Amino acid sequence: MDVLKTIKMASFAAAFAVLAGCAGQVKEDVAVTDATAERAPETATATAAPTEAVSGAGSSQASQGASQSAVSGAEITRESLKASALAADTLFFFEFDKSDLRQDALDDLDAHAKYLVADRGARVRLEGHADERGTRAYNLALGERRANAVARYLVIQGVNRAQIETMSYGEERPLSLARDESGWGRNRRVELIYQ
Amino acid sequence: MQRLIYWTWLLLVCVVGPVRAELVIEITRGVENPIKVAVVPFRFQGSGVLDVDLARLIESNLERTGQFQRVNRNSMLSLPGPNDQLFYRDWRAIDSEYTVVGEITPNENGYLVTFGLHDVLGQRELFAEKVPGPASALRDIGHYISDKIYESLTGIKGIFSTKLVYVTVDRRSEKDQTFRLILSDADGGRTRTIFESSEPILSPTWSPDGGRIAYMSFRGKRAGIYVQTLATGEVQKVTDFPGLNSAPSFSPDGRQLALTLSKDGNPEVYIANLRTGELQRMTDHFGIDTEPRWSPDGRSILFTSSRGGKPQLYQLNVSDREVKRVTFDGDYNSNGAFTPDGSAIVFVHRSNDRFHIARMDLKTRAMRILTETDLDESPSVAPNGTMVIYATSEGTRGLLGLVSTDGRVRVRLPSASEQVREPAWSPFMN
Repeated sequence: MDVLKTIKMASFAAAFAVLAGCAGQVKEDVAVTDATAERAPETATATAAPTEAVSGAGSSQASQGASQSAVSGAEITRESLKASALAADTLFFFEFDKSDLRQDALDDLDAHAKYLVADRGARVRLEGHADERGTRAYNLALGERRANAVARYLVIQGVNRAQIETMSYGEERPLSLARDESGWGRNRRVELIYQ
Repeated sequence: MQRLIYWTWLLLVCVVGPVRAELVIEITRGVENPIKVAVVPFRFQGSGVLDVDLARLIESNLERTGQFQRVNRNSMLSLPGPNDQLFYRDWRAIDSEYTVVGEITPNENGYLVTFGLHDVLGQRELFAEKVPGPASALRDIGHYISDKIYESLTGIKGIFSTKLVYVTVDRRSEKDQTFRLILSDADGGRTRTIFESSEPILSPTWSPDGGRIAYMSFRGKRAGIYVQTLATGEVQKVTDFPGLNSAPSFSPDGRQLALTLSKDGNPEVYIANLRTGELQRMTDHFGIDTEPRWSPDGRSILFTSSRGGKPQLYQLNVSDREVKRVTFDGDYNSNGAFTPDGSAIVFVHRSNDRFHIARMDLKTRAMRILTETDLDESPSVAPNGTMVIYATSEGTRGLLGLVSTDGRVRVRLPSASEQVREPAWSPFMN
């Protein structure tokens, strides 16, 4: 087994190079989530109806059989599903020491699921997080359970497991530093990030 | 050219120079009648001023145990050296029960430190000793002297020559943080960054010989368990499976690592052989199984599991994998560790929605809450079993605290860094 590998920490220079690389990647993530977060408030109510209408059209077109117009129709559907998905919320919150999805997460998750089903090339990363209460390694496991709960829901909606990557940051990346439920509630979350 | 040399020098100082001593001690609660010790300033028989005040270092070490109280330097009626006659009545007059004297003599290899301990009430010298060492080892000598005095007066081996590792975080935003793994003396002095990353570093832990540190870190987006040799800086990857790779704990023989992996779909406790890489799965439950910690005799592993619905501590027999529940009091008990003699465990316990460090005697099953701050976590027991170091919080800061295993002494270790967490106490180094 190739588990044991020895890595020589050649020099500080090399370490800094790696750090610089990571920093760049992190910046990109920030840009993506910021953009979606800004749009999030109006989506909660506004996008629910259009999403349903579009998906209804999509399935009826599919049942009409394979024709030229159906293909371009699918193309249009995919684009509109993508727009709905990008407009949907990307943060899903949880109760303390729990990894069950809350009802208020489902509409937005459905929008993501529909797009991921329509575009099998699309990929998401689900990052699970916990609040600072409780121990760190336990919270790392809890964060993973939350990411897995979201992944399972998406798979039930028809998304391929291969389109989803899950990971956990435990309590290491809080959104809020407030030491009360206003902060903790925001930190117990899964972030959905398109790759 | 000269400027270039200057900048190179400056850069070297920045990179390899010691970080300033981060932890300053503050005793919040001590024993009722601490032993009063006068540590006379050590005479320096060379020229100039030394950058380590040995007497201060020794009295701070002793005071941090909560069992001793220093006698103020200014109240001393004389400042004798180790070769001077001690007038015991002068020391009795200022309430000193024990008096330490010493001197530092430069020689070709560094210094020779001579010191002695006097029993003021018994009016006799308890011991005297000469310790040679290089100039760079003055702090080590100070810790050695502290250990000798502590052991002579309490009968318990001292922990002043041991080390700590802990994690610090500089946070600029949610996704822009710098995590550092710091090595320091047990008194918080001589800090050194041994690993740095923009991604989280978690669960540092010592090998039984004190030569290696195992921890979890991310390389890119992938979590892994790594073992770093302190003397060489060499890093060995143990696991980096998809999913969790967390919470390493060395077996008492140093050849195996208990850890948590979720590669089979669920967090389970495994044992990894550090030489062959062979993995043994030790738990099998759909709940969370994590935070394994080896018992001192190597026969069992304490771990946290949510198999009963809430996190509780369980003990796993390594030979037959039988699991029995250990904690029943409260709805959140986790992150357990054994005391060095294996007779008790310390762990994180939630009561009234606050998280404290608690201790439970394994024979009587009696539990006692040791701390009264909030969000207390990551308890690590000193190798002589007298103290527990843990992480706590104050406002938005994360800092370290010490508590005696009987709960009688509490010490706060404020720090220059905003976030200090996950302390791990080294084994005895000598």
